[in-house]
Amino acid sequence: MTPPTTTTRRDPDARGYFGEFGGRFVPETLVEPVESLERAYLAARDDPSFHAELDRLLKHYVGRPTPVYEAARLTAAAGGARMFLKREDLTHTGAHKINNALGQALLAVRMGKRRIVAETGAGQHGVATATACALLNLECHVYMGAEDMNRQALNVFRMRLLGAEVVRVDAGSRTLKDAINEAMRDWVTNVEDTYYLLGSVLGPHPYPLMVREFQSVIGREARNQIVELAGRLPDAIVACVGGGSNAMGIFDAFVGDPDVRLIGVEAGGEAIVRGRHAARFAGGSSGVLQGTRTFILQDDNGNIELTHSISAGLDYAAVGPEHAWLRALGRTEYAHVTDAEALAAFQTLARLEGILPALESAHAVAYAQGLARELGPSKVVLVNLSGRGDKDVHTVEKALGTK
Amino acid sequence: MARNSIADTFARLRRDGRSGLITYVTAGDPDLARSAEILQALDRAGADVLEVGVPFSDPLADGPVIQRATERALAAGGSLRATLALVGRVRRDVAAPIVVFSYANPLMRMGLETFTKEAAGVGVDGVLALDLPIEEAGELRAVLASQGLDTIFLLSPTTTEARIRKAAELGRGFLYGISRLGVTGARDRVASGAEALVRRIRRHTELPVAVGFGISRPEHVAEVGAYADAAVVGSALVSLIAEAAASPALVGRVEEYIRSLKSVCLAPRA
Repeated sequence: MTPPTTTTRRDPDARGYFGEFGGRFVPETLVEPVESLERAYLAARDDPSFHAELDRLLKHYVGRPTPVYEAARLTAAAGGARMFLKREDLTHTGAHKINNALGQALLAVRMGKRRIVAETGAGQHGVATATACALLNLECHVYMGAEDMNRQALNVFRMRLLGAEVVRVDAGSRTLKDAINEAMRDWVTNVEDTYYLLGSVLGPHPYPLMVREFQSVIGREARNQIVELAGRLPDAIVACVGGGSNAMGIFDAFVGDPDVRLIGVEAGGEAIVRGRHAARFAGGSSGVLQGTRTFILQDDNGNIELTHSISAGLDYAAVGPEHAWLRALGRTEYAHVTDAEALAAFQTLARLEGILPALESAHAVAYAQGLARELGPSKVVLVNLSGRGDKDVHTVEKALGTK
Repeated sequence: MARNSIADTFARLRRDGRSGLITYVTAGDPDLARSAEILQALDRAGADVLEVGVPFSDPLADGPVIQRATERALAAGGSLRATLALVGRVRRDVAAPIVVFSYANPLMRMGLETFTKEAAGVGVDGVLALDLPIEEAGELRAVLASQGLDTIFLLSPTTTEARIRKAAELGRGFLYGISRLGVTGARDRVASGAEALVRRIRRHTELPVAVGFGISRPEHVAEVGAYADAAVVGSALVSLIAEAAASPALVGRVEEYIRSLKSVCLAPRA
């Protein structure tokens, strides 16, 4: 079905670096485990039987390929370029996260690890991991910040229904970053029988590579679909960027097409003021967090700054190292959208297209509306609608209610 | 007061046939003024090497005890700069060598060259960066070496023979063996794999080997001292500081605790 690797293979170097970004900044105990993970992953990547099994699940269980849909009323309202949506919200579990969770869970089985730990922010990766673990009969522990457990209560219950243990994290900002710290502490303690199923293009090598490759199915499908629907490649692709896995997933197939603009949208929060946003490329600088060298939000002492976004999945102080590299090369661009703009886009898409997007994805929609106007009617914009918004209904209700 | 280098300290211990005691505290816990008094007390009590921890917002290799210490220290104005200033303040009163124990990001944020110059200037003897394994530590090691500072590497039960060889070749001062898988924290007993790890390390190097993670009691220190050059006590000491922080007896209790651990090191080894 799908080819085993991306059309434009851009592996990091042998030490896991994309240019000056990436690497393996882990405590000593995890060095051998990440090296053996890399060996296992590279062997699986070259094994047609691994891909046959993953493709079978992606087709019959996840429901791939997901459609690309021309959002005609959204286009008319924006008054510019034709807008298309890649509908990752229509996957089983409702977000792109399942593509990676299944890939890594199959890898864990192949490595003989039956105990899975994962972190989650919005809860979408936690739900996807809990789902994959139920399907493959694996033990599942999901670390989640207390703040995120409050704002994504529905996903907490979903994970528990799926048989996962959800572990509350009360440290630090009590969000995604702290959940990752805690998942890594679990992994370093139980490394012999435990697989750490990281949910984005973050962390030490090989995670940024591996997660991108598992998500690259989005771009492979979208490339064929948009050519079929629009008769050509898009002028721009827009995707939200927390860690950046849905964006890397859709960008990957187009990196070799210089005329296609690749635009990542970060969380502008309330404003680009210290502690009130999560736009790493707007307010950040190069540093090391949680295993990788990349753009991070930090203070003068090298401590990680608090972040804010209405969207839990974008509320994180670091971005995937390959994003930092592609940006340094001038291949990708990054913008940011405020909470209020994302909230408005959430409502617009609901009313005009009958689609409730995840608040994360609503950031991409918000930016794409302005971009479509700016580009004009002869152009084509493809938005990665990375997840559905059911989980956010409560947050949106609260946000609208306080106006 | 005359200052001892890390190499001299371990050479003297070996000459005397005794094992050593290394202490860890977080700089700025409970505050910077008392950190200075605590470091002086540790030295008086006979600690052979003082590890001074730089508080960092995301200490992912640390258990809850040191996480809390880090939070207290950050709230009290702790930082890499404050840590270096603290070392500078106590250096004249402390004979034991001082090792800065940090995560990578604060060092990188300051800039490795700037950090190294300032560290050398205040009298730091060595640096251990928890999330800079050998493969990522090349630049730090080169810069530290240029100023005569030691780069100390951690080795774990999961470390392969090939990487032990590399650490033995590139490490200076001593090698730090992690007694068990997991994060920092006191335990009831020393992990059974610790001795095997030390034996594996000794096959590749003459460098002194210290063992840490999970050591809290005199009997642990004695047990580790039978096969390693030194035992490291961290979380148990930090717990004591947390417990006694509000008491005027804080510094005295720290000194007394370290003397109790050190007493078992004073007997010549069998």
